[in-house]
Amino acid sequence: MQPTYEIAEKQKALFIRSGGDREQDMEEEATETAVPNIMEMAFHLEQAGVGLGSEESFRIYLALKHLVEQQPVHTCRFWGKILGLHRSYLVAEVEFREGEEEGEEDDAEDLLEGAEGLEPPSIEEEGEEDEEKVADVVPKPQWKPPPVVPKEESRTGANKYLYFVCAEPGRQWTRLPHVTPAQIVCARRIRKFFTGHLDAPVVSYPPFPGNEANYLRAQIARISAATHVSPLGFYQFGEEEGDEEDEGGAGRDSFEENPDFEGIPVLELVDSLANWVHHTQHILPQGRCTWVNPLQKTEEEEELGEEEEKGDEGPEEVEQEVGPPLLTPLSEDAEIMNMSPWTTRLSCSLSQQYSVAVVRSNLWPGAYAFASGKKFENLYVGWGHKYSPDNFNPALPAAIQQEYASGPEITEMSDPTVEEEQALRAAQEQALAAAEDEEEDEEEEEDEDLDD
Amino acid sequence: MDAESLLLSLELAAGSGQGLSPDRRAALLTSLLLVKRDYRYDRVLFWGRILGIVADYYIAQGLVEDQLAPRKTLYSLNCMEWSLLPPATEEMAAQVAVVKGRFMGDPSHEYEHTEFQKTTAEGEKTFEEDVVVHIKEETRLVSVIDQIDKAVAIIPRGALFKTPFGPVNVNRTFEGLPLSEARKLSSYFHFREPVGLKNKTLLEKADLDPSLDFLDSLEYDIPKGSWSIQMERGNSLVVLRSLLWPGLTFFHSPRTRNHGYIYVGTGEKNMDLPFML
Repeated sequence: MQPTYEIAEKQKALFIRSGGDREQDMEEEATETAVPNIMEMAFHLEQAGVGLGSEESFRIYLALKHLVEQQPVHTCRFWGKILGLHRSYLVAEVEFREGEEEGEEDDAEDLLEGAEGLEPPSIEEEGEEDEEKVADVVPKPQWKPPPVVPKEESRTGANKYLYFVCAEPGRQWTRLPHVTPAQIVCARRIRKFFTGHLDAPVVSYPPFPGNEANYLRAQIARISAATHVSPLGFYQFGEEEGDEEDEGGAGRDSFEENPDFEGIPVLELVDSLANWVHHTQHILPQGRCTWVNPLQKTEEEEELGEEEEKGDEGPEEVEQEVGPPLLTPLSEDAEIMNMSPWTTRLSCSLSQQYSVAVVRSNLWPGAYAFASGKKFENLYVGWGHKYSPDNFNPALPAAIQQEYASGPEITEMSDPTVEEEQALRAAQEQALAAAEDEEEDEEEEEDEDLDD
Repeated sequence: MDAESLLLSLELAAGSGQGLSPDRRAALLTSLLLVKRDYRYDRVLFWGRILGIVADYYIAQGLVEDQLAPRKTLYSLNCMEWSLLPPATEEMAAQVAVVKGRFMGDPSHEYEHTEFQKTTAEGEKTFEEDVVVHIKEETRLVSVIDQIDKAVAIIPRGALFKTPFGPVNVNRTFEGLPLSEARKLSSYFHFREPVGLKNKTLLEKADLDPSLDFLDSLEYDIPKGSWSIQMERGNSLVVLRSLLWPGLTFFHSPRTRNHGYIYVGTGEKNMDLPFML
């Protein structure tokens, strides 16, 4: 029974306030904390039949409060729960205060710069060796990896929020790393259950660039982008935005709460999907929310490019990818097999006056949103996979690459036969004999000249 | 889950995230009691909820004294008025196998499926026709519930016992699984007629207790790993979730009598399971 007592002790710690005078405690109660009213959310979601139970929700509230005290958090929200094979993940969506350093990102960037610094010296060394041994060098492969799409900055696009996970309320919250576009692109092509351990490898084809923490983060990003909705009018675009032309048609990417929002009647919310809008940016096929041309070279790369052969630059013009802009209504979402991607329900048909409007996603089973009056909230509880009416088709392995370009250096030539060799030798001997005769003739002529 | 311990069971199964709203719970408490009286069942189980696009189906099952006898299945759209469903047959299973996609939520909805059928007309010509087959949603519901029951309805070892006369009864002296047993898949049995018991060798059968071990255990389920077994709340609750039919949750508090299963899901089998493990 040891683990039971262990978790009970940890949860007891949640309930006990950190030490302090009574006056401090009173002050804490008066100021607002960043933790939202989870109990109210849980109550409304329970009306819809969704949620983890009131007691568990209260424990989650205390755990979030604990998180807020430990980290410099500006806003925080309970995102949901993702079920795993051995353990599950409780996910909290958090926004740090302005200007807070995120130490993990710097370490990762340092590693990358160190690796690039090592590359140029090795190329120079190989160049010297090339001059010495021309015949023995293995032909270099001409395949260049496709350009890496840079990941989005913190607080923008898919990395707008930071996510913390823990297995049960009372345990330590672990931060998930930011998501890169390559991870999102790969996560779209694989389908794997989560085991519950963040450092577990994700064995798949195409190989996922990361471990389970990265896969989890990528799925959270996809679910947030697809299923975070709010009633029409709750959020509006700010008034100080530039023209759309100046931004290159990229669309607006920020919104603010509408102070004049008066709430939409619940019956209208249930009847029409146009009363709900997405308030997270759609993720483009590239893996980012704002499009970046991967073929655009930085200044350093342009200098190197002049030295290299210019014939390798393929005329690949990549088209700009455009997605639906922010705050599009749900009625514009694509259908799945003639079925609407969202189902709306009134929470209780018997008491229509006091019920809440519930929207359930058919594309991501487990994603719910409710709205009642001026309040709304999103929650996800599920396995973390998209619904697909067709069975999953794993990606096939890529075509076998051409090894080396065939040329005279490496094409195999058949060995000469005996007759050919003898003919060649006879021809060479004749040539030698002819050359010796010519030399003797020349010497005789020279001797004759000298004699004269 | 047993209708008598509905509230506690729902709370224990809440870890999967989907349950029932308070109005449905209130409706179930009264209506299941009435169902038990009207149909004269020995035990009524609240089986779960199948999510449809327009409406959800709430399913209950009634058992007679012999726990392994065929169960009667009832469905309701509002948790108050229950209608009996016909028993499942193999023809239904074959018919329903072609239907894909979500449940509509309307029991009178008909799925259309075109099939090639060779018909012999008068004379001797045989020609192929596209025949449109209509499959009622009720048939699909019956068949899916039956498949889920046969595949993933489970019960802990010791909760039922078999009398020498044949019928299977609820074990009133079941005190719950000990903690060491609760984590193993072999302590849980399929709640259906045993299929694989006859294939066991005599040596294996010698270790079994004929009154308790008369059902298939989960250990030999194919594919291996299609059950996720987790301990929640420290070690005080063991939760088994099926990966083959996502949405089925089985819960049990070790050392107590509380156990049960509930299915809340779309009613679709997870055919991608081997890729996902």
